[in-house]
Amino acid sequence: MTLLRPGALCLALAAAFPSVASAASDVELKQLRDQLRELKESYQQRIDALERRLAATEQRAAGAATAAAEAGVAAGSAAQSVARVEARSAELQAAAANAGGSRPQAGESAFNPAVSLIIDSKFTRFQRDPSTYRIDGFIPSGGEVGPPRKGFSLGESELAFSANVDHLFRANARFALAEDDGQGVVEVEEVNVETLGLPGGLKVKGGRFLSGVGYLNQQHPHEWDFSDAPLAYKAFFGYRLQNDGVQVRWVAPTDLFLEFGAEMAAGEKYPGAERNRNGAGLWTAFAHLGGDIGASSAWQVGLSHVGAQPRERTFEDNAVTNAFSGRSQTWIADFVYKWAPDGNSRDRYLKIQGEYIQRRETGMLTYDVDNLSGASAASASRLRQSGSYLQAVYQFMPRWRVGVRGDWLDSGSVNLGSLSGTELPILAGYNPTRHTAMVDWSPSEFSRLRLQLARDKSRDGEADNQVWLQYIMSLGAHGAHKF
Amino acid sequence: MIVKTLLRLAAMLLVLAALPAGAAVNVFASVPEWAALAREIGGDKVNVFAATSALQDPHRIEARPSLIARARSSQLVVATGADLEIGWLPVVLRESGNAAIQPGKPGYFEAAAQVRMLEVPARLDRADGDVHASGNPHIQTDPRNILKVAEALAGRLAQLDGANAVAYQAGLANFAERWKAAMARWEQSAAPLRGAPVWVQHRSFAYMADWLGLKELGALEPKPGVEPGSTQLAGLLERQKVTPGRMILRPAYARATASDWFGERAHIPVVVLPFTVGGSPESGDLFALFDDTLRRLLAGLK
Repeated sequence: MTLLRPGALCLALAAAFPSVASAASDVELKQLRDQLRELKESYQQRIDALERRLAATEQRAAGAATAAAEAGVAAGSAAQSVARVEARSAELQAAAANAGGSRPQAGESAFNPAVSLIIDSKFTRFQRDPSTYRIDGFIPSGGEVGPPRKGFSLGESELAFSANVDHLFRANARFALAEDDGQGVVEVEEVNVETLGLPGGLKVKGGRFLSGVGYLNQQHPHEWDFSDAPLAYKAFFGYRLQNDGVQVRWVAPTDLFLEFGAEMAAGEKYPGAERNRNGAGLWTAFAHLGGDIGASSAWQVGLSHVGAQPRERTFEDNAVTNAFSGRSQTWIADFVYKWAPDGNSRDRYLKIQGEYIQRRETGMLTYDVDNLSGASAASASRLRQSGSYLQAVYQFMPRWRVGVRGDWLDSGSVNLGSLSGTELPILAGYNPTRHTAMVDWSPSEFSRLRLQLARDKSRDGEADNQVWLQYIMSLGAHGAHKF
Repeated sequence: MIVKTLLRLAAMLLVLAALPAGAAVNVFASVPEWAALAREIGGDKVNVFAATSALQDPHRIEARPSLIARARSSQLVVATGADLEIGWLPVVLRESGNAAIQPGKPGYFEAAAQVRMLEVPARLDRADGDVHASGNPHIQTDPRNILKVAEALAGRLAQLDGANAVAYQAGLANFAERWKAAMARWEQSAAPLRGAPVWVQHRSFAYMADWLGLKELGALEPKPGVEPGSTQLAGLLERQKVTPGRMILRPAYARATASDWFGERAHIPVVVLPFTVGGSPESGDLFALFDDTLRRLLAGLK
């Protein structure tokens, strides 16, 4: 073993420089013994063995100091070998620390935030051109609502960081990395700080965050059970409501889960509009109630409200720019029900979720704000529209799931006042629908491959049969998902 | 009118918020074994909620609303730690808005921090399956660990609820005495198991094997958390011919298919162990858990 060699080399060292060698090895050996004593508690057996070996080394070194005048010449390597004994002892110490349990690593990197990277790619086949996607009957929400490009597409990669800042705050940051027309694009999905130490079940979050309204809104795209968002979310929130502002949540100290929340936000995105004013432009309030039914089922229901007062919220229709100013009120009712035999979702589980969204907007609708047509006009108008989706996902065996989803939008009652429907063709009455089926396979919690088929009738008279192939991979720290 | 309603609502909520104070310590146990242990030590001074049952895979629990609600009104969370609950407990704790039970606070207790961990991986790579960086988290299968955790837990309860510190110490003393006697009995009856070669479904029983001297030949799962496939099982059958195992150990929550397939072809019994309190009809508390486990193991040996 390596420890026999140090013996021989110490011998050589002693032969070359008897006095120096013995002094050096005395000091070294004393240090070693001190270290070993520290180790004893957690690593008794290996320490004993090492001590016995060291005792032998010591004896030889001592003997060498008097007797071995004729021995070798390799003094330099002898010093190295002493160092090697030390290194071995350090190794043992590290091993002992390891065996002692979860003693955290030291050094600068010890406090690095949890980093996760999610990559998401798609291969699609569409009948219609995704770049002309629109949802007929509804004012365009301006978000990324259209399907990805045809064929292979590199979707958004999410890069997320999170860590406790100190004893009072936790911070989260999430960036979406994408490419748009060959240009790299970084979007700030979320950057926020939340409190850790408020009393009474209160939590405050500030910064950019996904609003707590509805059920699906807070889930990131990689958590969705389908490759794209429900039509209702696309039509009413530009696929999700993202706020720059403050959120307050409170969980009631009851056995039944009861949570209230409210948000105040800039409201610069749909259904709000860009504004240059003090104060907030969008408010939300929401409540969630949830519990278990026996050991196998769990449920949650919610009711949310989003209020905004957009000024000059513009949209394109038929090559002219129109604008809406007024009040926008949205209500969301959501539910989710999950079932797994004995609550063990490893083998089989069923998840049913649905949301109903209704929006009323009253205010002034201006046709052709730039007066390109020469027929610019404005009128008081009133829109009452709604949409919903219902989906079920069933894991029928470990790793394999199937799911179906139905989407229904109702363009409802649209009163344009003195404006006529020919000026705003996108608001012509039409009820878009979509039916989706998917099957996915998840070899582990960190990877998922999905095939999705959909028949999308978002466009009046132009049904789009879609095929999606998608993979989602999670690298690094992967935070737990919400219910 | 609206103001009045709001005031009434606020008053009602305040009353609700005040309710749990003054009652017994609310303990939120992540798994049934720590719930049972908290009951042993705390007796009527604690009000214990078990977040999961023995029939659920502790790695795959969802952060259900009911768990968040329970965590909200708890004064102490007893978790296993070692990343066993990483898929759900952090969310439950954060969403609960309860500052007293966050990691690092006295209201958060980790059992794995009290014992010596086995199977600490030498390298961390998800290609190796569901590996736990700080070691195998299934520490409750060794009764010596239970005793260590009991001692630390009694100390923590006394710290949180100083008024009843004496009761917790008495509860611990009473438990420890009965536990040591039971351990002596178990070790005696388990003598025939020493050196017995066994297969395991998942590496759930490393600590029990260490305690009883069982010889684990390997796991049916090719990687932790990955369901065994037919090639993997066929390979193990070849190994079974060279180094025959006496039985296959499977925790109650695991899927039966693979172990049944293997047991049938290898002509060895599949022993379904309760794994934790409530995993079998006979394992109603911690003592019964080990009584039943040993009875099943010894029956498997015959």
